[in-house]
Amino acid sequence: MSDMEERDEHVFRLTRRKALKGLALGIGAMALPAKDASASVWESFFQKNFRELNRSERQVILARLEKEYSARYKKPVRVKDTPPIEGALYGYGLDLSRCVGCRRCVYGCVTENNQSRDPQIHWIKVLRLEKERGVDLEHSEQYYNPATVPEEGYFYMPVQCQQCENPPCTKVCPVQATWKEIDGIVVVDYNWCIGCRYCMAACPYGARHFNWKAPGLPAGDMNPETHYLGNRPRPVGVVEKCTFCMQRTRERDGKYPACVEVCPVGARKFGNLLDPASEIRNVIENKRVFILKEDLNTQPKFYYFYSV
Amino acid sequence: MQKVWAFVRGCFLLLRKGSKLYYTWVSALLVLIVIGVVAYANQMYYGLIVTAMRDQVTWGFYISNFTFTVGVAAAAILLVIPAYVYQWKPIKEIAILGELVAVSAIVVCLLFVTVDLGRPDRFWHLIPKIGILNFPQSLLAWDVVVLNTYLVLNFGIAGYMLYSYYYQREPNMKYVFPLLMFSIPAAISIHTVTAFLYNGLAARPFWNASILAPRFLASAFCSGPAGMILMFQIVRKWTNIEIQDKAIFKIAELIAYAMFINLFLLGSELFKEYYSDTIHLAPVKYLYQGLDGHSDLVSFIWTATIFNLTAFFLFLIPQTRENHVTLNIGCVLMFIGVYIEKGMGLVIPGFVPDVLGDFYEYSPTSTEILVSMGIWATGLLVFTLLMRIAVPIMNHDFHVGEDGVKPHIGDQLFLVRKRVVVEEEDIYSP
Ligand code: SF4
Ligand code: SF4
Repeated sequence: MSDMEERDEHVFRLTRRKALKGLALGIGAMALPAKDASASVWESFFQKNFRELNRSERQVILARLEKEYSARYKKPVRVKDTPPIEGALYGYGLDLSRCVGCRRCVYGCVTENNQSRDPQIHWIKVLRLEKERGVDLEHSEQYYNPATVPEEGYFYMPVQCQQCENPPCTKVCPVQATWKEIDGIVVVDYNWCIGCRYCMAACPYGARHFNWKAPGLPAGDMNPETHYLGNRPRPVGVVEKCTFCMQRTRERDGKYPACVEVCPVGARKFGNLLDPASEIRNVIENKRVFILKEDLNTQPKFYYFYSV
Repeated sequence: MQKVWAFVRGCFLLLRKGSKLYYTWVSALLVLIVIGVVAYANQMYYGLIVTAMRDQVTWGFYISNFTFTVGVAAAAILLVIPAYVYQWKPIKEIAILGELVAVSAIVVCLLFVTVDLGRPDRFWHLIPKIGILNFPQSLLAWDVVVLNTYLVLNFGIAGYMLYSYYYQREPNMKYVFPLLMFSIPAAISIHTVTAFLYNGLAARPFWNASILAPRFLASAFCSGPAGMILMFQIVRKWTNIEIQDKAIFKIAELIAYAMFINLFLLGSELFKEYYSDTIHLAPVKYLYQGLDGHSDLVSFIWTATIFNLTAFFLFLIPQTRENHVTLNIGCVLMFIGVYIEKGMGLVIPGFVPDVLGDFYEYSPTSTEILVSMGIWATGLLVFTLLMRIAVPIMNHDFHVGEDGVKPHIGDQLFLVRKRVVVEEEDIYSP
C-alpha cells in the first residue's frame, strides 16, 4: 500500500537532524509569520472571512493572491470572485447506463481544478458496483484496474460532491469556513478553514478532501484561470471539494463543468434547475432519477438515472 | 490585589523547592515534553501527512485521546457531589484534588484538539468577535465553549479555596457553593457535548445512536474515578497528605454502579445492531469481529471488554473492593479498558468502513504517539505543580507568614516516602 510506504518513509525520515530542522522551522511557523517580514504574510494572517469582506477589501486580496500565484507558477494567474448568477440553482445528472468507468472525468477534474498531483487528490471517485447487487456501497470497489472498461457484470457510479440543499458539512464547521452559496454550490474559504476536518466526518458522500501536506502542483500543470472559492491553489492543512467548476459555470459565457465536457459517452448532464428548458430539468422530468442516501435528508442536487 | 500577587509569588517560590525525587520527576516529564515538541514541530513542517490519518479516517489517535480525557475531566464531579451536597466529610478533603485533576485533564484535552488542527495558526478564528465562532450551530463550537468554561470554573474554585486557606481563612461559601453547584451540570455538559459532537453525524451510523451520550457518561464515571483512586494512593504514599480508606472504598463502590450501567448500555447497543442486522452493522462487526479481512481493532476491543468485565466484578464484591491489591488491579484494568473503548474503539469504527464503503485501516504513527506522550506529560506536569501548591496548603505547611506578607513554607520536600527520617542532603534547591 502506498499510504503505508509513505507513512513509514516519514517515520524513517525523523532523523535527528531533520527533526531539529523541523523544530526550528516549526517554531518559526508557530511564532507567527514574523520571520518573513513581507507585509503580505501578515495581511493573509489577519484576513477576515471571505463573506465579511467588502468589495475593495476583496480586490486587494485577489490582487495579492494573483501576484503570489503568478510568481510561484511563473505565468499570469487570474483569481476571480465572480458572484452567483441570479436565478441560477445548479443541478447535475449522471446517467448510470452510459458510464463506462473510464475515469476521464476524474483526471479532467484534477487538471481543471488544480488538485494536488502529489499526493493525489481526486474530487471524483468512480465506484465499481456489481450488477447483481445494484447500488450497494459496502461492496463497491474504488481501486479497480482492468486492462479495458467496462467489465462484464459490473456497472460504474461516479460520486462527487452532491451539492446538498441541506448540507450537513456546513452546519458543523466551527468557524463558518464553508457555506452554501445562493446558486446552491457549497464552497470553502481556504484562507479561513482551520483544518479541524469535522466537515469531512459529517459528509455522507466522502466528497471533502484534506491537504495532508502542501499540495504538489507542478507549474506547468497549473490552470491559471481560477476562482477564489473554487480552483485556486490551496494551502496545506485545509479542506477542499468540488464546486461544479464555478470558475467556468458562473461566467457569462458559461461553460460546462470540465467533467461534463470530458465524458466520452455523454453520461453527465448539467444545468439550471430553475430553468424549465434546461437539460437537467428534462432529465428529472422524463427519466426515473434517484439520489444517494435519500434517508439522510441531505437533499442532493445530484441526480442519478438510467436512460435505458 | 496585592495579596493575590503575594500569593502567586509565594507559589512560585514553593514550586522551586522540593526533594530530589520531585526534581527527577519533573525533569523526566520535561524530557518527554521536549520530545513531544520536536515531534510536533516535525508535523508542522511536513503537514499532517506524517500521521496515519487520511481522507477515509480523518480523526485518529489525537481525537481518541481527547475524547477519553474529557471523560476523566468530567469525572471530577463524582467527588464534588458527595463532598458538598451531602457534606460527607472524608471526601470533602479530597474534592479539591478532584478539581485539580479536572483542570489538568482539560489542559490535555485542549492540547489534543490543537495538535489535530491542520491550521493551528488560524486558532483565533474560533474566538468570538475577533473570528467567527459558529455557535450554536456547530457542536465543536459548543465544545470550545463548555470546555473553556469548565476549565475556568474549576481553576477558579480550586484557586479561590487554596488562596483562602493560604491566608488562613475559611473560603466564603456564599461564593463557592453556587459555583460548585454550577460545576456539576458543567461537568455533565462537557461530556454530553463531546458525545453529541459524534452523535449528530447522520453520515456515521456507528456514532449516530442516541445511546452514545449516556454511555459516554457511564464510562467516564468508571475511568475517571479509577484513575483518581490510583492517584490518591500515590499521593498519600509520597506526600504528606492523609486520605482515608473509607473515601477510596466509597468511590470504588460508585464505580461498580457506573460500570454496570455502561455494560448494560453496551449490551443494548449490540443487541440492536446484531438483531436488526442492517447495513449499519458493518462498523460494529469491524470492531468486534473484523470485516472482510480487516481486523486491526478486534484484539483491542476484546481486551477492553475483558478488562472492564473483570474490573466490574472486582469492584462489585466487597471483599475484593476493600483489598488494596485487587482494588488497584481493578483500577488499572478499568482505566485501560475504558481508554481503549472510549478512545480508538469509539473514533475509528466511525470511519471504517468509510461512507463509500472503502476500508482504510488506521494505526497511529510514531509522530502521533510521541506528540501524544508529550501532551500527557504536560498534563502530569501541570498536575504535579498544582499539587505541589495544594498539598502543603491543605496540610497547613504553606501559608502566609507572621508578618502577613512573606510566605511560610513548612514543607520543603513535597515528594518523599513517608515516615522516613529526612536527611538534610535530601533537600535540593538550585
Ligand atoms: S456532498 Fe458532502 S461536501 Fe457536498 S454538500 Fe453534501 S455534505 Fe457537503
Ligand atoms: S475542516 Fe475547515 S471547513 Fe471543515 S469544518 Fe473544519 S474549519 Fe470548517
